[in-house]
Amino acid sequence: MAALLTIAVFSFMYKDNPLYKFAEHVFVGIAAGYVVAIEYQNVFLPNLWRPLTHGHYVLIIPFVLGVLMFSRFTSRFNWLSRWAIGLMVGTFSGLAIIGFAQGDLVAQIQANMVPLRAHSLIDTFSNVVIVVGLLASLVYFFFSKEHKGALGASARLGIWFLMVSFGASYGFTVMARISLLIGRLLFLMIDWPASFGIQLVR
Amino acid sequence: MERFDRRYIFLVIFIIVLFPLIWPIKLPIRVSKEAMGAYEAIDKIPPGSKVYFACDYDPGSMPELHPMTIAILNHLFSHDVKVIGGCLWPGAAPLLEDALNKVGVQKFGKKYGVDFVNLGYKEGREVVMVSVGRDIPATFPDDFYGTPVSQLPIMKGVRNLNDLAMIVNISAGYPGTKEWVQQVQSRYHVILAAGCTAVSAPEYYPYYQSGQLVGLLGGLAGAAEYEKLVGVPGTATRGMDAQSLGHLAIIAFIVLGNILYLYLKKKGKLTRR
Repeated sequence: MAALLTIAVFSFMYKDNPLYKFAEHVFVGIAAGYVVAIEYQNVFLPNLWRPLTHGHYVLIIPFVLGVLMFSRFTSRFNWLSRWAIGLMVGTFSGLAIIGFAQGDLVAQIQANMVPLRAHSLIDTFSNVVIVVGLLASLVYFFFSKEHKGALGASARLGIWFLMVSFGASYGFTVMARISLLIGRLLFLMIDWPASFGIQLVR
Repeated sequence: MERFDRRYIFLVIFIIVLFPLIWPIKLPIRVSKEAMGAYEAIDKIPPGSKVYFACDYDPGSMPELHPMTIAILNHLFSHDVKVIGGCLWPGAAPLLEDALNKVGVQKFGKKYGVDFVNLGYKEGREVVMVSVGRDIPATFPDDFYGTPVSQLPIMKGVRNLNDLAMIVNISAGYPGTKEWVQQVQSRYHVILAAGCTAVSAPEYYPYYQSGQLVGLLGGLAGAAEYEKLVGVPGTATRGMDAQSLGHLAIIAFIVLGNILYLYLKKKGKLTRR
């Protein structure tokens, strides 16, 4: 089944066709059903239902909030879901702000305070490139003054650094996509024949 | 050039990637300092210690990340390190179970509940991460099979991440390595090594450079490097020849495309869409 669905998806490379559409719909349907089953077994039952029915009555609050989310399906009472959504947005926003401040802002600023004269020539060059690239890239995003003169030159240098980073990201993306193709080809050549007791390639 | 059928490019890439999978070339694999960092951090863990294995990917990222999981579990179990696995992606728990059984049970004869446990999936993303840092049994009251974690020997003495040697995170996106760094490493100052898809790797290199990550495995190449370090060549090593040739083909197409573009522009034959 996995092999036939893989080949059906690959058929899209020739052109769009009913086989590909069928595989796509099967995937979406199974993924949705699987997630619902997993959420019920791994989240709802152990973290809410069982503790609630065994005396942890404070859990009635998140239970009611969860039920309120289903009010989205009604046109008359869908405003009730805003209570639950508001709580979720507030919680995640608070966590995100702390996480960003701790993990990204402070730590990264600290890490980029490197000596411009290090022990070796390579480290010195590397540190200078880091500092110059960081400052030039930041200058590019400073829009309170027109990019002319020294500011404009710094911004243009910043663009070059940004383009290099985009190129590196593109290269890694290519690597990821080729890896997915390799994974499917290894499945079709090794795992699929092995299920019939056939060794197609060594 | 605009009318060139892209299906010929698909066919060329397909053949070039298929060829070394059937007839391996065995190109050398160079280990990066990021992969070495992860290896050395895991190597230093004393036998008998416990590690939290955060498995945050699904079958869509299996080709890149499952070989990493297998290689790292090989390393952990060969050093008699106990593994407590948890997942933040719905599709991750069966994949982790598959890896734990293949490596832990079949290869090293480890026992479930004593040497390793799969706590399964939990919804909540960053909230779960912070909660794991405070109280693992409260976050995961049951394991993947529905057994209360209080009944499992491996969970004795484990309250939160302070009772564990380090976190190893394999992630395909959100929630994943970035959130583990922001919410857990920064808050609880635990040792964190990560493996991620190649698409995400450029975003996480700054975390390695700042020391927030002790090691980083990026994509199939990172998995192949770790397989080389632990001496267990697997699908990642096998796929690297195809990876390298596929990249060369893409580079050739880009160079050819640019040469054609400049030639047509010079001749004035370039048509704007």
